Amino acid sequence: MQRSTFSDITYKWAVGLLAGLGILILVGPVAIVIATSFTTSQTLRFPPPELSLRWYRELFDPVRSAQIHIAAWNSVWVAFCATAVGMVLSVLAALAVARVSRPSARLLEAGFLSPLVLPTLSYGLAALMFFSVMGIRPSLNLLIAGHLVVIAPFIFRTTLASLTQLDPGLLEASQSLGASRLYAFRRITLPLIAPGIAAGCFLAFISSMDNVPVSLFLSTARTGMLPIRMWGMMESTLDVRIAAIAGVLILATLVLMLVMDRLTGLTKRMSG
Amino acid sequence: MAGAIAVAGGATASGERVDWRLAAPLGLTYLFFFAAPFAILLGISFYADAEQTRLGLGSWVKFYSDAFYLKVIFDTLKLGFFAVAATTLVAYPLALVFRASGPRVQRVLIFVILMPLLTSVVIRTFAWIVILAREGVVNQTLMTLGLTAAPLNLLQTELGLVIALTQIEMPLMLLPLLTIMNQMDQNLVDASRALGASQWRTFFRVVLPLTLPGWIAGATLVFASSTTAFISQTVIGGARLVYLPALIYQQATVVYNWPFAAVASLTLLFTVLAGIMALGWLGRFAKT
Repeated sequence: MQRSTFSDITYKWAVGLLAGLGILILVGPVAIVIATSFTTSQTLRFPPPELSLRWYRELFDPVRSAQIHIAAWNSVWVAFCATAVGMVLSVLAALAVARVSRPSARLLEAGFLSPLVLPTLSYGLAALMFFSVMGIRPSLNLLIAGHLVVIAPFIFRTTLASLTQLDPGLLEASQSLGASRLYAFRRITLPLIAPGIAAGCFLAFISSMDNVPVSLFLSTARTGMLPIRMWGMMESTLDVRIAAIAGVLILATLVLMLVMDRLTGLTKRMSG
Repeated sequence: MAGAIAVAGGATASGERVDWRLAAPLGLTYLFFFAAPFAILLGISFYADAEQTRLGLGSWVKFYSDAFYLKVIFDTLKLGFFAVAATTLVAYPLALVFRASGPRVQRVLIFVILMPLLTSVVIRTFAWIVILAREGVVNQTLMTLGLTAAPLNLLQTELGLVIALTQIEMPLMLLPLLTIMNQMDQNLVDASRALGASQWRTFFRVVLPLTLPGWIAGATLVFASSTTAFISQTVIGGARLVYLPALIYQQATVVYNWPFAAVASLTLLFTVLAGIMALGWLGRFAKT
């Protein structure tokens, strides 16, 4: 029974236009980069004059793109190790503080989540100074340690959320039936929180692959990381291979995301 | 009532104390690799000279008495503020549309929102170079439409940087906002409309206050992320626009003045924390 007044019409238009603009801004750039990656041209001109796989061939050439390949494998290795170690440490920590209402638990929780809001660039410099004062030479292991600190909160947060949603009655039942704590964890808690852990690991892995602030200070010419190398390429020549890297990364992320969605309902989790 | 008992029972069953044995591995890792580096950073900032021979407040005084560096702090804060404003302006309407959509459209929208979040920041920045460059999409469109004769210089301007950051940071604003929008009680909106309030009034008096906690969570993330977005700032902003992250990088790795870099780095830390605290304070203020 609502009449459309002038003010309601302006509201609908304002919301509709801004939302449309939002979708355009979100999707447009990704679409444009993918289109550009298939160009035949030497420049990043859009729209591309003709389509080809020229820059993908260039990117996969083992000789001409050797540096990029090394950086890519370094990034994958660091992300994999940091996520694996981060998963074990974060799940244990989440188990320790979940369902505890004491101030000490809240304090620990805030501490474990703090790398999410503190500027990681400040941390990157701090880590560089720390390792240099300790006399530790730069290596991939240092990058793993640095990334670990920054990405562990993602896993901690999703695991904690899963643990809070867990029905405590299940654990009581298993305990009253004589199950040990470890057995109850393995057979009841772990299967139920596994999707939360997986979602956290996915975000952690992606954010390590994407990390700039820590890698910027801890990576060297020998231990190059993909985002830093791409930054270098952007600052110097605006090589079209960057668009091809983007295409490959977007495809890889898309596949990972669809797999994760099947496994854990990631998109449902993200929308609450 | 039954729920409260169940929760209390659960708390006793799993123990009311923090199990320190489980928290220790991550706690010690953080102590060694997170807290200790910051302590070193703070320590180094109290060297007065680049060679780190004399202790003193020299680096702090040099930083805070120079108008150039004060302007860098101000510009960094301003950039964070603009990024929050721009993402808010676009994210709220998107969240309203999301709320009004059916489950199928919602899934597509979530995908659209997550896609840029999961594309590397470097690539998102690169995309904006392709778009904003002199022969880029924006300039070509404007020139074809005859709106401008010569290509506009959008790269290396604050406007271009804010536009790019709007996309780069938007998912951080949207996700908490969508979550809280979905939890909002539709009855309150309906009641406001039934009592004769216009859509605008309903939005500002009902929807906005109810979703403010989500906005604050999003604004915090956008502010923290855009003030430290080194790659976007240096590549799109170029050498003419200097923000704290670029200053820190330059002082640490080019000039090799570590004490000064440490001061700039701690300044960035305090700037971001101040912004986060101001937003939190705004939230508490708005609730009462």
